[in-house]
Amino acid sequence: MAEDFILETRHLVKEFKGFVAVNGVDLKVRRGHIHALIGPNGAGKTTVFNLLTKFLAPTRGSIHFNGEDITSAQPAQIARRGIVRSFQISAVFPHLSVLENVRIALQRKLGTSFHFWRPERTLDTLNGRAMELLAQVGLESFADMVAVELPYGRKRALEIATTLALEPELMLLDEPTQGMGHEDVALVRDLIKKVSVNRTVLMVEHNMGVVAGISDTITVLARGAVLAEGAYDEVAVNPLVIEAYMGTEVEELASPAGH
Amino acid sequence: MNRRGVGYGLLLALLLVAPYAVYPVLVMKILCFALFACAFNLLIGYTGLLSFGHAVFLGTAGYVAGHSIKVWGFPPELGLIFAALTAAALGWVIGSLAIRRSGIYFAMITLALAQLMYFVFLQVPFTGGEDGLQGVPRGKLLGFIDLTDDLNLYYFVLAIFVFGFWLINRTIHSPFGQVLKAIRENEARAISLGYDVAKYKLLAFVLSAGLAGLAGATKTLVFRFATLTDAHWHTSGEVVLMTLLGGMGTVFGPVAGAATIVTLQNELADKVGSLVTVIMGAIFVFCVLVFRRGIVGELGALYKKMTGAR
Repeated sequence: MAEDFILETRHLVKEFKGFVAVNGVDLKVRRGHIHALIGPNGAGKTTVFNLLTKFLAPTRGSIHFNGEDITSAQPAQIARRGIVRSFQISAVFPHLSVLENVRIALQRKLGTSFHFWRPERTLDTLNGRAMELLAQVGLESFADMVAVELPYGRKRALEIATTLALEPELMLLDEPTQGMGHEDVALVRDLIKKVSVNRTVLMVEHNMGVVAGISDTITVLARGAVLAEGAYDEVAVNPLVIEAYMGTEVEELASPAGH
Repeated sequence: MNRRGVGYGLLLALLLVAPYAVYPVLVMKILCFALFACAFNLLIGYTGLLSFGHAVFLGTAGYVAGHSIKVWGFPPELGLIFAALTAAALGWVIGSLAIRRSGIYFAMITLALAQLMYFVFLQVPFTGGEDGLQGVPRGKLLGFIDLTDDLNLYYFVLAIFVFGFWLINRTIHSPFGQVLKAIRENEARAISLGYDVAKYKLLAFVLSAGLAGLAGATKTLVFRFATLTDAHWHTSGEVVLMTLLGGMGTVFGPVAGAATIVTLQNELADKVGSLVTVIMGAIFVFCVLVFRRGIVGELGALYKKMTGAR
Protein backbone atom coordinates (compact mmCIF):
# COMPACT_ATOMS: atom_id res chain seq x y z
CA MET A 1 0.00 0.00 0.00
CA ALA A 2 2.74 2.37 0.96
CA GLU A 3 4.30 1.59 -2.41
CA ASP A 4 1.46 3.37 -4.12
CA PHE A 5 2.88 6.64 -2.89
CA ILE A 6 6.36 7.44 -4.05
CA LEU A 7 6.66 10.56 -1.93
CA GLU A 8 4.95 11.38 1.29
CA THR A 9 5.31 14.24 3.74
CA ARG A 10 4.01 13.98 7.27
CA HIS A 11 3.03 17.16 9.00
CA LEU A 12 5.75 19.19 7.35
CA VAL A 13 6.46 22.54 9.05
CA LYS A 14 8.92 25.27 8.12
CA GLU A 15 9.30 28.39 10.20
CA PHE A 16 11.42 31.40 9.37
CA LYS A 17 12.08 33.45 12.51
CA GLY A 18 8.53 33.23 13.78
CA PHE A 19 6.89 33.28 10.35
CA VAL A 20 5.33 29.95 9.48
CA ALA A 21 5.81 29.47 5.74
CA VAL A 22 4.66 25.86 5.67
CA ASN A 23 2.23 24.73 8.31
CA GLY A 24 1.65 21.01 8.64
CA VAL A 25 1.52 19.86 5.06
CA ASP A 26 0.64 16.21 4.41
CA LEU A 27 1.36 15.55 0.80
CA LYS A 28 1.05 12.21 -0.93
CA VAL A 29 2.32 11.80 -4.43
CA ARG A 30 1.04 8.71 -6.21
CA ARG A 31 3.50 6.72 -8.27
CA GLY A 32 3.19 7.35 -11.99
CA HIS A 33 1.15 10.52 -11.62
CA ILE A 34 1.77 14.04 -12.71
CA HIS A 35 1.06 15.93 -9.54
CA ALA A 36 0.74 19.71 -9.57
CA LEU A 37 1.23 21.99 -6.61
CA ILE A 38 -0.60 25.27 -7.06
CA GLY A 39 -1.67 28.16 -4.92
CA PRO A 40 -1.70 31.95 -4.79
CA ASN A 41 1.52 33.90 -4.32
CA GLY A 42 3.04 33.37 -0.90
CA ALA A 43 1.19 30.12 -0.34
CA GLY A 44 4.44 28.31 0.40
CA LYS A 45 4.77 26.36 -2.84
CA THR A 46 8.41 27.14 -3.39
CA THR A 47 9.21 26.54 0.27
CA VAL A 48 7.58 23.10 0.11
CA PHE A 49 9.53 22.46 -3.06
CA ASN A 50 12.81 23.42 -1.45
CA LEU A 51 12.03 21.23 1.55
CA LEU A 52 11.40 18.26 -0.71
CA THR A 53 14.65 18.80 -2.58
CA LYS A 54 16.54 19.34 0.69
CA PHE A 55 17.69 22.82 -0.22
CA LEU A 56 15.91 23.80 3.02
CA ALA A 57 15.65 21.79 6.22
CA PRO A 58 12.18 21.40 7.75
CA THR A 59 11.53 22.71 11.25
CA ARG A 60 9.29 19.72 12.03
CA GLY A 61 7.76 16.80 10.21
CA SER A 62 9.20 14.17 7.94
CA ILE A 63 9.61 13.33 4.27
CA HIS A 64 9.46 9.78 2.95
CA PHE A 65 10.58 8.53 -0.43
CA ASN A 66 9.56 4.99 -1.33
CA GLY A 67 8.76 4.44 2.33
CA GLU A 68 12.19 5.53 3.52
CA ASP A 69 12.73 8.55 5.70
CA ILE A 70 14.81 11.09 3.75
CA THR A 71 14.21 14.03 6.06
CA SER A 72 17.86 14.44 6.93
CA ALA A 73 19.41 13.48 3.59
CA GLN A 74 21.67 15.89 1.70
CA PRO A 75 20.58 17.40 -1.64
CA ALA A 76 23.20 15.51 -3.64
CA GLN A 77 22.22 12.26 -1.86
CA ILE A 78 18.57 12.42 -2.80
CA ALA A 79 19.58 13.14 -6.37
CA ARG A 80 21.51 9.87 -6.37
CA ARG A 81 18.46 8.07 -4.99
CA GLY A 82 16.37 9.18 -7.93
CA ILE A 83 14.76 12.50 -7.03
CA VAL A 84 15.92 15.12 -9.47
CA ARG A 85 14.76 18.71 -9.44
CA SER A 86 14.67 21.55 -11.91
CA PHE A 87 14.89 25.22 -11.07
CA GLN A 88 12.69 28.27 -11.60
CA ILE A 89 15.40 30.01 -13.57
CA SER A 90 16.55 27.72 -16.31
CA ALA A 91 19.39 25.66 -14.92
CA VAL A 92 21.77 24.83 -17.70
CA PHE A 93 25.55 25.10 -17.62
CA PRO A 94 25.70 28.16 -19.89
CA HIS A 95 29.24 27.95 -21.23
CA LEU A 96 29.32 24.23 -21.88
CA SER A 97 28.02 22.78 -25.12
CA VAL A 98 24.52 21.30 -25.26
CA LEU A 99 26.02 17.84 -25.50
CA GLU A 100 28.34 18.43 -22.53
CA ASN A 101 25.39 19.61 -20.46
CA VAL A 102 23.72 16.24 -20.79
CA ARG A 103 26.99 14.37 -20.48
CA ILE A 104 27.71 15.91 -17.08
CA ALA A 105 24.61 14.16 -15.78
CA LEU A 106 25.62 10.87 -17.40
CA GLN A 107 29.26 10.84 -16.39
CA ARG A 108 28.76 10.40 -12.65
CA LYS A 109 27.84 6.76 -13.26
CA LEU A 110 31.18 6.07 -14.94
CA GLY A 111 32.77 6.59 -11.55
CA THR A 112 35.67 8.57 -13.00
CA SER A 113 34.49 12.02 -11.99
CA PHE A 114 37.41 12.49 -9.61
CA HIS A 115 39.96 11.26 -12.16
CA PHE A 116 41.88 14.39 -13.06
CA TRP A 117 44.56 12.42 -14.90
CA ARG A 118 42.24 10.91 -17.50
CA PRO A 119 41.68 12.64 -20.83
CA GLU A 120 38.28 14.08 -21.64
CA ARG A 121 37.84 11.74 -24.58
CA THR A 122 37.20 8.88 -22.14
CA LEU A 123 33.79 10.53 -21.81
CA ASP A 124 33.05 10.11 -25.50
CA THR A 125 31.54 6.69 -24.82
CA LEU A 126 28.62 8.61 -23.35
CA ASN A 127 27.99 10.68 -26.47
CA GLY A 128 25.63 8.12 -28.01
CA ARG A 129 23.36 8.08 -24.98
CA ALA A 130 23.56 11.87 -24.71
CA MET A 131 22.45 12.25 -28.33
CA GLU A 132 19.52 9.90 -27.69
CA LEU A 133 18.41 12.07 -24.83
CA LEU A 134 18.79 15.21 -26.89
CA ALA A 135 16.74 13.59 -29.64
CA GLN A 136 13.97 12.91 -27.11
CA VAL A 137 13.58 16.63 -26.51
CA GLY A 138 14.25 17.64 -30.12
CA LEU A 139 17.68 19.14 -29.56
CA GLU A 140 19.90 16.75 -31.51
CA SER A 141 20.72 19.36 -34.14
CA PHE A 142 21.87 21.80 -31.43
CA ALA A 143 24.36 19.41 -29.81
CA ASP A 144 27.50 21.45 -30.51
CA MET A 145 25.99 24.81 -29.68
CA VAL A 146 27.00 26.56 -26.46
CA ALA A 147 24.01 26.30 -24.13
CA VAL A 148 23.83 30.04 -23.45
CA GLU A 149 22.96 30.64 -27.11
CA LEU A 150 19.83 28.48 -27.04
CA PRO A 151 16.45 30.23 -26.99
CA TYR A 152 14.66 30.10 -23.65
CA GLY A 153 12.23 27.30 -24.40
CA ARG A 154 15.02 25.14 -25.74
CA LYS A 155 17.06 25.75 -22.60
CA ARG A 156 14.21 24.28 -20.63
CA ALA A 157 14.13 21.34 -23.00
CA LEU A 158 17.86 20.88 -22.44
CA GLU A 159 17.30 21.00 -18.73
CA ILE A 160 14.73 18.24 -19.02
CA ALA A 161 17.10 16.14 -21.14
CA THR A 162 19.78 16.59 -18.48
CA THR A 163 17.33 15.58 -15.77
CA LEU A 164 16.25 12.53 -17.77
CA ALA A 165 19.87 11.46 -18.07
CA LEU A 166 19.76 10.54 -14.39
CA GLU A 167 16.74 8.32 -15.04
CA PRO A 168 14.95 9.74 -12.05
CA GLU A 169 12.03 7.95 -10.49
CA LEU A 170 10.65 11.27 -9.40
CA MET A 171 11.09 14.55 -11.22
CA LEU A 172 10.45 17.75 -9.33
CA LEU A 173 9.83 20.69 -11.64
CA ASP A 174 9.80 24.22 -10.29
CA GLU A 175 7.55 26.35 -12.52
CA PRO A 176 8.66 24.71 -15.74
CA THR A 177 6.89 27.20 -18.02
CA GLN A 178 7.66 30.37 -16.12
CA GLY A 179 8.40 33.39 -18.27
CA MET A 180 7.68 31.59 -21.52
CA GLY A 181 5.84 32.60 -24.65
CA HIS A 182 2.84 30.70 -25.96
CA GLU A 183 4.67 28.32 -28.25
CA ASP A 184 7.31 27.46 -25.70
CA VAL A 185 4.65 26.69 -23.11
CA ALA A 186 3.05 24.19 -25.45
CA LEU A 187 6.45 22.69 -26.24
CA VAL A 188 7.38 22.21 -22.62
CA ARG A 189 3.90 20.98 -21.63
CA ASP A 190 4.00 18.27 -24.28
CA LEU A 191 7.53 17.41 -23.24
CA ILE A 192 6.55 16.93 -19.61
CA LYS A 193 3.68 14.71 -20.67
CA LYS A 194 5.99 12.72 -22.90
CA VAL A 195 8.74 12.16 -20.35
CA SER A 196 6.33 11.35 -17.52
CA VAL A 197 5.78 7.86 -18.89
CA ASN A 198 6.99 5.37 -16.25
CA ARG A 199 7.91 8.25 -13.98
CA THR A 200 6.37 10.44 -11.38
CA VAL A 201 6.35 14.20 -11.79
CA LEU A 202 5.67 16.74 -9.09
CA MET A 203 5.56 20.30 -10.34
CA VAL A 204 4.90 23.74 -9.02
CA GLU A 205 3.15 25.60 -11.78
CA HIS A 206 1.27 28.87 -12.27
CA ASN A 207 -0.02 28.31 -15.75
CA MET A 208 -3.49 26.81 -15.35
CA GLY A 209 -3.52 25.72 -18.96
CA VAL A 210 -0.56 23.45 -18.26
CA VAL A 211 -1.92 22.25 -14.93
CA ALA A 212 -5.36 21.45 -16.30
CA GLY A 213 -3.97 19.83 -19.40
CA ILE A 214 -1.60 17.27 -17.98
CA SER A 215 -1.87 16.76 -14.24
CA ASP A 216 -3.60 13.80 -12.64
CA THR A 217 -3.74 15.28 -9.18
CA ILE A 218 -3.64 18.85 -7.96
CA THR A 219 -2.85 20.05 -4.48
CA VAL A 220 -3.84 23.61 -3.69
CA LEU A 221 -1.79 25.35 -1.02
CA ALA A 222 -2.84 28.51 0.76
CA ARG A 223 -1.09 30.19 3.67
CA GLY A 224 1.25 27.28 4.09
CA ALA A 225 -1.43 24.59 4.37
CA VAL A 226 -3.25 22.23 2.02
CA LEU A 227 -6.56 23.79 1.02
CA ALA A 228 -7.84 21.21 -1.41
CA GLU A 229 -6.69 18.18 -3.33
CA GLY A 230 -8.06 16.22 -6.22
CA ALA A 231 -8.45 16.16 -9.97
CA TYR A 232 -8.62 19.49 -11.78
CA ASP A 233 -12.38 19.42 -12.29
CA GLU A 234 -13.03 18.94 -8.57
CA VAL A 235 -10.52 21.47 -7.40
CA ALA A 236 -11.52 24.19 -9.85
CA VAL A 237 -15.09 24.34 -8.55
CA ASN A 238 -14.15 24.17 -4.89
CA PRO A 239 -15.42 27.42 -3.31
CA LEU A 240 -12.47 27.57 -0.89
CA VAL A 241 -10.07 27.48 -3.79
CA ILE A 242 -11.96 30.14 -5.72
CA GLU A 243 -11.96 32.35 -2.65
CA ALA A 244 -8.22 31.88 -2.10
CA TYR A 245 -7.51 32.85 -5.66
CA MET A 246 -9.86 35.90 -5.69
CA GLY A 247 -9.83 38.43 -8.45
CA THR A 248 -8.59 37.82 -11.93
CA GLU A 249 -7.25 34.41 -11.32
CA VAL A 250 -10.76 33.07 -10.73
CA GLU A 251 -11.43 33.36 -14.41
CA GLU A 252 -8.15 31.69 -15.04
CA LEU A 253 -9.26 28.75 -12.96
CA ALA A 254 -12.68 28.57 -14.56
CA SER A 255 -11.48 28.67 -18.14
CA PRO A 256 -8.05 27.11 -18.46
CA ALA A 257 -8.19 27.13 -22.24
CA GLY A 258 -8.52 30.89 -22.30
CA HIS A 259 -5.07 31.45 -20.88
CA MET B 1 42.75 22.06 -31.16
CA ASN B 2 45.43 22.31 -33.82
CA ARG B 3 45.89 25.99 -33.18
CA ARG B 4 46.48 25.16 -29.54
CA GLY B 5 49.06 22.55 -30.50
CA VAL B 6 50.95 25.16 -32.49
CA GLY B 7 50.79 27.48 -29.49
CA TYR B 8 52.30 24.84 -27.19
CA GLY B 9 55.04 24.09 -29.70
CA LEU B 10 55.97 27.74 -30.14
CA LEU B 11 56.05 28.42 -26.41
CA LEU B 12 58.21 25.36 -25.76
CA ALA B 13 60.65 26.21 -28.57
CA LEU B 14 60.92 29.74 -27.25
CA LEU B 15 61.60 28.49 -23.73
CA LEU B 16 64.22 26.01 -24.95
CA VAL B 17 66.35 28.74 -26.52
CA ALA B 18 65.49 31.49 -24.02
CA PRO B 19 68.50 31.04 -21.70
CA TYR B 20 70.85 31.84 -24.61
CA ALA B 21 69.17 35.18 -25.18
CA VAL B 22 68.02 36.22 -21.70
CA TYR B 23 69.51 35.90 -18.24
CA PRO B 24 68.49 32.33 -17.23
CA VAL B 25 67.68 33.21 -13.62
CA LEU B 26 65.10 35.75 -14.79
CA VAL B 27 63.44 33.19 -17.04
CA MET B 28 63.47 30.67 -14.20
CA LYS B 29 61.79 33.21 -11.96
CA ILE B 30 59.18 33.78 -14.65
CA LEU B 31 58.61 30.03 -14.96
CA CYS B 32 58.14 29.65 -11.21
CA PHE B 33 55.60 32.45 -11.09
CA ALA B 34 53.93 31.20 -14.26
CA LEU B 35 53.41 27.79 -12.66
CA PHE B 36 52.16 29.49 -9.51
CA ALA B 37 49.67 31.57 -11.54
CA CYS B 38 48.55 28.52 -13.56
CA ALA B 39 47.86 26.66 -10.32
CA PHE B 40 45.89 29.65 -9.04
CA ASN B 41 43.99 29.83 -12.32
CA LEU B 42 42.86 26.23 -11.89
CA LEU B 43 40.87 27.48 -8.92
CA ILE B 44 39.58 30.85 -10.04
CA GLY B 45 39.30 30.23 -13.76
CA TYR B 46 37.97 26.70 -13.81
CA THR B 47 36.31 26.21 -10.43
CA GLY B 48 35.24 29.75 -9.61
CA LEU B 49 37.03 29.89 -6.26
CA LEU B 50 38.98 33.03 -5.37
CA SER B 51 41.69 32.02 -2.93
CA PHE B 52 43.21 35.15 -1.51
CA GLY B 53 45.91 33.40 0.45
CA HIS B 54 47.63 31.36 -2.18
CA ALA B 55 51.08 32.69 -1.29
CA VAL B 56 50.96 30.51 1.81
CA PHE B 57 51.50 27.44 -0.37
CA LEU B 58 54.30 29.08 -2.32
CA GLY B 59 55.97 30.19 0.90
CA THR B 60 55.47 27.01 2.90
CA ALA B 61 56.88 24.83 0.15
CA GLY B 62 59.79 27.23 -0.20
CA TYR B 63 60.72 26.81 3.46
CA VAL B 64 60.12 23.06 3.49
CA ALA B 65 62.27 22.55 0.40
CA GLY B 66 64.98 24.83 1.79
CA HIS B 67 65.03 23.16 5.19
CA SER B 68 64.88 19.59 3.92
CA ILE B 69 67.67 20.17 1.41
CA LYS B 70 69.92 22.31 3.57
CA VAL B 71 69.48 20.76 7.03
CA TRP B 72 68.26 17.23 6.35
CA GLY B 73 70.42 16.78 3.27
CA PHE B 74 67.62 15.76 0.90
CA PRO B 75 68.64 15.55 -2.76
CA PRO B 76 66.96 18.37 -4.73
CA GLU B 77 64.35 16.23 -6.52
CA LEU B 78 63.22 14.65 -3.25
CA GLY B 79 63.18 18.04 -1.53
CA LEU B 80 60.86 19.43 -4.22
CA ILE B 81 58.49 16.47 -4.08
CA PHE B 82 58.39 16.56 -0.29
CA ALA B 83 57.70 20.31 -0.32
CA ALA B 84 54.94 20.02 -2.92
CA LEU B 85 53.28 17.24 -0.91
CA THR B 86 53.52 19.34 2.25
CA ALA B 87 51.86 22.23 0.45
CA ALA B 88 49.14 19.88 -0.81
CA ALA B 89 48.56 18.63 2.75
CA LEU B 90 48.32 22.20 4.00
CA GLY B 91 45.94 22.84 1.10
CA TRP B 92 43.79 20.00 2.36
CA VAL B 93 43.60 21.57 5.84
CA ILE B 94 42.97 25.14 4.66
CA GLY B 95 40.67 23.97 1.88
CA SER B 96 38.53 21.85 4.22
CA LEU B 97 37.95 24.89 6.40
CA ALA B 98 37.43 27.48 3.66
CA ILE B 99 35.22 25.46 1.31
CA ARG B 100 32.35 25.54 3.79
CA ARG B 101 31.79 29.11 2.62
CA SER B 102 31.73 30.66 -0.81
CA GLY B 103 32.44 33.96 -2.53
CA ILE B 104 33.93 36.73 -0.42
CA TYR B 105 33.82 34.61 2.74
CA PHE B 106 35.88 31.93 1.08
CA ALA B 107 38.43 34.56 0.04
CA MET B 108 38.53 36.01 3.57
CA ILE B 109 39.03 32.63 5.25
CA THR B 110 41.89 31.74 2.91
CA LEU B 111 43.46 35.15 3.56
CA ALA B 112 43.08 34.79 7.33
CA LEU B 113 44.62 31.32 7.42
CA ALA B 114 47.44 32.43 5.17
CA GLN B 115 48.18 35.35 7.49
CA LEU B 116 48.16 32.96 10.41
CA MET B 117 50.80 30.85 8.70
CA TYR B 118 52.77 34.00 7.87
CA PHE B 119 53.09 34.81 11.54
CA VAL B 120 54.05 31.23 12.32
CA PHE B 121 56.88 31.54 9.79
CA LEU B 122 57.90 34.86 11.30
CA GLN B 123 58.22 33.28 14.76
CA VAL B 124 59.50 29.72 14.34
CA PRO B 125 63.30 29.42 14.41
CA PHE B 126 63.92 27.24 11.34
CA THR B 127 62.73 29.90 8.86
CA GLY B 128 65.23 32.49 10.06
CA GLY B 129 62.43 34.99 10.62
CA GLU B 130 63.07 38.34 8.93
CA ASP B 131 66.45 37.14 7.62
CA GLY B 132 64.96 34.22 5.74
CA LEU B 133 66.37 30.77 5.21
CA GLN B 134 69.67 31.41 3.44
CA GLY B 135 72.28 29.30 1.71
CA VAL B 136 70.23 26.44 0.35
CA PRO B 137 72.54 24.30 -1.78
CA ARG B 138 71.25 23.43 -5.25
CA GLY B 139 72.97 20.05 -5.13
CA LYS B 140 73.09 17.40 -7.80
CA LEU B 141 69.96 16.21 -9.61
CA LEU B 142 69.66 12.41 -9.36
CA GLY B 143 73.16 12.49 -7.93
CA PHE B 144 75.04 13.44 -11.09
CA ILE B 145 73.63 16.55 -12.82
CA ASP B 146 75.24 19.58 -11.25
CA LEU B 147 72.54 22.15 -10.62
CA THR B 148 74.94 24.91 -9.61
CA ASP B 149 75.32 25.38 -13.34
CA ASP B 150 72.59 27.83 -14.34
CA LEU B 151 71.90 26.11 -17.66
CA ASN B 152 71.48 22.66 -16.12
CA LEU B 153 69.19 24.13 -13.52
CA TYR B 154 67.28 26.01 -16.19
CA TYR B 155 66.36 22.86 -18.08
CA PHE B 156 65.39 21.16 -14.84
CA VAL B 157 63.12 24.08 -13.96
CA LEU B 158 61.68 24.06 -17.47
CA ALA B 159 60.92 20.34 -17.12
CA ILE B 160 59.14 21.02 -13.82
CA PHE B 161 57.15 23.82 -15.42
CA VAL B 162 56.18 21.66 -18.40
CA PHE B 163 55.09 18.89 -16.04
CA GLY B 164 53.00 21.29 -13.93
CA PHE B 165 51.50 22.97 -16.96
CA TRP B 166 50.67 19.59 -18.49
CA LEU B 167 49.09 18.35 -15.26
CA ILE B 168 46.91 21.46 -14.99
CA ASN B 169 45.82 21.12 -18.60
CA ARG B 170 45.08 17.49 -18.18
CA THR B 171 43.02 18.30 -15.09
CA ILE B 172 41.06 20.95 -16.96
CA HIS B 173 40.33 18.55 -19.81
CA SER B 174 39.47 15.51 -17.69
CA PRO B 175 36.22 14.05 -16.42
CA PHE B 176 37.04 15.81 -13.16
CA GLY B 177 37.60 19.08 -15.01
CA GLN B 178 34.16 18.76 -16.59
CA VAL B 179 32.58 18.58 -13.16
CA LEU B 180 34.63 21.57 -12.00
CA LYS B 181 33.37 23.62 -14.93
CA ALA B 182 29.82 22.53 -14.16
CA ILE B 183 30.27 23.71 -10.56
CA ARG B 184 31.66 27.04 -11.75
CA GLU B 185 28.75 27.46 -14.15
CA ASN B 186 25.90 26.49 -11.87
CA GLU B 187 26.65 25.05 -8.46
CA ALA B 188 23.04 24.39 -7.40
CA ARG B 189 22.42 22.46 -10.59
CA ALA B 190 25.56 20.39 -10.10
CA ILE B 191 24.29 19.47 -6.63
CA SER B 192 20.91 18.51 -8.01
CA LEU B 193 22.64 16.18 -10.46
CA GLY B 194 24.05 14.31 -7.49
CA TYR B 195 27.55 15.75 -7.20
CA ASP B 196 28.99 16.41 -3.74
CA VAL B 197 30.45 19.71 -4.86
CA ALA B 198 32.48 20.25 -1.68
CA LYS B 199 34.59 17.17 -2.41
CA TYR B 200 35.30 18.32 -5.96
CA LYS B 201 36.24 21.80 -4.80
CA LEU B 202 38.51 20.34 -2.15
CA LEU B 203 40.37 18.14 -4.62
CA ALA B 204 40.81 21.13 -6.93
CA PHE B 205 42.10 23.16 -3.99
CA VAL B 206 44.57 20.46 -2.97
CA LEU B 207 45.86 20.09 -6.54
CA SER B 208 46.24 23.84 -6.85
CA ALA B 209 48.01 24.09 -3.50
CA GLY B 210 50.38 21.26 -4.38
CA LEU B 211 51.35 22.83 -7.69
CA ALA B 212 51.72 26.26 -6.12
CA GLY B 213 53.99 24.51 -3.63
CA LEU B 214 56.02 22.94 -6.43
CA ALA B 215 56.49 26.43 -7.84
CA GLY B 216 57.61 27.79 -4.46
CA ALA B 217 60.03 24.92 -3.85
CA THR B 218 61.56 25.34 -7.29
CA LYS B 219 61.96 29.05 -6.63
CA THR B 220 63.94 28.28 -3.47
CA LEU B 221 66.25 26.05 -5.46
CA VAL B 222 66.80 28.79 -8.04
CA PHE B 223 67.54 31.62 -5.61
CA ARG B 224 69.11 29.44 -2.90
CA PHE B 225 66.94 31.05 -0.22
CA ALA B 226 63.37 31.20 1.06
CA THR B 227 62.02 34.39 2.58
CA LEU B 228 58.90 35.76 4.20
CA THR B 229 58.07 37.71 1.02
CA ASP B 230 56.85 34.51 -0.62
CA ALA B 231 54.34 33.88 2.15
CA HIS B 232 53.25 37.53 2.37
CA TRP B 233 49.77 38.59 1.27
CA HIS B 234 51.37 40.90 -1.31
CA THR B 235 52.37 37.78 -3.19
CA SER B 236 48.81 36.47 -2.92
CA GLY B 237 47.64 39.71 -4.48
CA GLU B 238 50.32 39.55 -7.14
CA VAL B 239 49.17 36.17 -8.38
CA VAL B 240 45.62 37.51 -8.69
CA LEU B 241 47.01 40.39 -10.75
CA MET B 242 49.06 38.07 -12.97
CA THR B 243 46.08 35.85 -13.66
CA LEU B 244 43.68 38.71 -14.36
CA LEU B 245 46.18 40.56 -16.52
CA GLY B 246 47.00 37.47 -18.56
CA GLY B 247 43.43 36.20 -18.84
CA MET B 248 41.51 34.27 -16.23
CA GLY B 249 40.21 30.90 -17.38
CA THR B 250 42.53 30.73 -20.36
CA VAL B 251 45.35 28.23 -20.59
CA PHE B 252 48.16 30.62 -21.54
CA GLY B 253 46.83 33.67 -19.70
CA PRO B 254 48.58 33.11 -16.37
CA VAL B 255 51.86 32.44 -18.17
CA ALA B 256 51.58 35.70 -20.13
CA GLY B 257 50.55 37.58 -17.00
CA ALA B 258 53.41 36.19 -14.90
CA ALA B 259 55.94 36.94 -17.64
CA THR B 260 54.70 40.52 -17.98
CA ILE B 261 54.66 41.29 -14.26
CA VAL B 262 57.99 39.64 -13.40
CA THR B 263 59.73 41.27 -16.37
CA LEU B 264 58.31 44.68 -15.52
CA GLN B 265 59.32 44.37 -11.88
CA ASN B 266 62.77 43.29 -12.92
CA GLU B 267 63.23 46.09 -15.46
CA LEU B 268 61.70 48.84 -13.40
CA ALA B 269 63.04 48.04 -9.95
CA ASP B 270 66.45 49.66 -10.63
CA LYS B 271 65.04 52.62 -12.52
CA VAL B 272 62.06 53.79 -10.53
CA GLY B 273 62.53 52.10 -7.16
CA SER B 274 59.41 51.80 -5.06
CA LEU B 275 57.39 53.60 -7.73
CA VAL B 276 57.08 50.14 -9.25
CA THR B 277 54.06 49.38 -7.05
CA VAL B 278 52.32 52.51 -8.35
CA ILE B 279 52.97 51.40 -11.91
CA MET B 280 51.63 47.92 -11.13
CA GLY B 281 48.52 49.48 -9.64
CA ALA B 282 48.01 51.63 -12.72
CA ILE B 283 48.39 48.57 -14.98
CA PHE B 284 45.84 46.74 -12.90
CA VAL B 285 43.32 49.58 -13.13
CA PHE B 286 43.94 49.88 -16.87
CA CYS B 287 43.48 46.14 -17.31
CA VAL B 288 40.19 46.07 -15.42
CA LEU B 289 38.85 49.12 -17.29
CA VAL B 290 40.01 48.41 -20.83
CA PHE B 291 40.71 44.75 -21.38
CA ARG B 292 38.77 42.78 -18.87
CA ARG B 293 39.42 39.41 -20.45
CA GLY B 294 43.17 39.87 -20.02
CA ILE B 295 45.89 39.74 -22.65
CA VAL B 296 45.25 36.21 -23.86
CA GLY B 297 41.49 36.50 -23.44
CA GLU B 298 41.34 39.64 -25.58
CA LEU B 299 43.63 38.17 -28.23
CA GLY B 300 41.44 35.06 -28.35
CA ALA B 301 38.30 37.16 -28.74
CA LEU B 302 39.97 39.20 -31.49
CA TYR B 303 41.00 36.05 -33.30
CA LYS B 304 37.44 34.69 -33.09
CA LYS B 305 36.07 37.98 -34.42
CA MET B 306 38.46 37.99 -37.35
CA THR B 307 37.89 34.38 -38.34
CA GLY B 308 34.16 34.75 -37.71
CA ALA B 309 33.93 37.83 -39.93
CA ARG B 310 35.39 36.01 -42.87
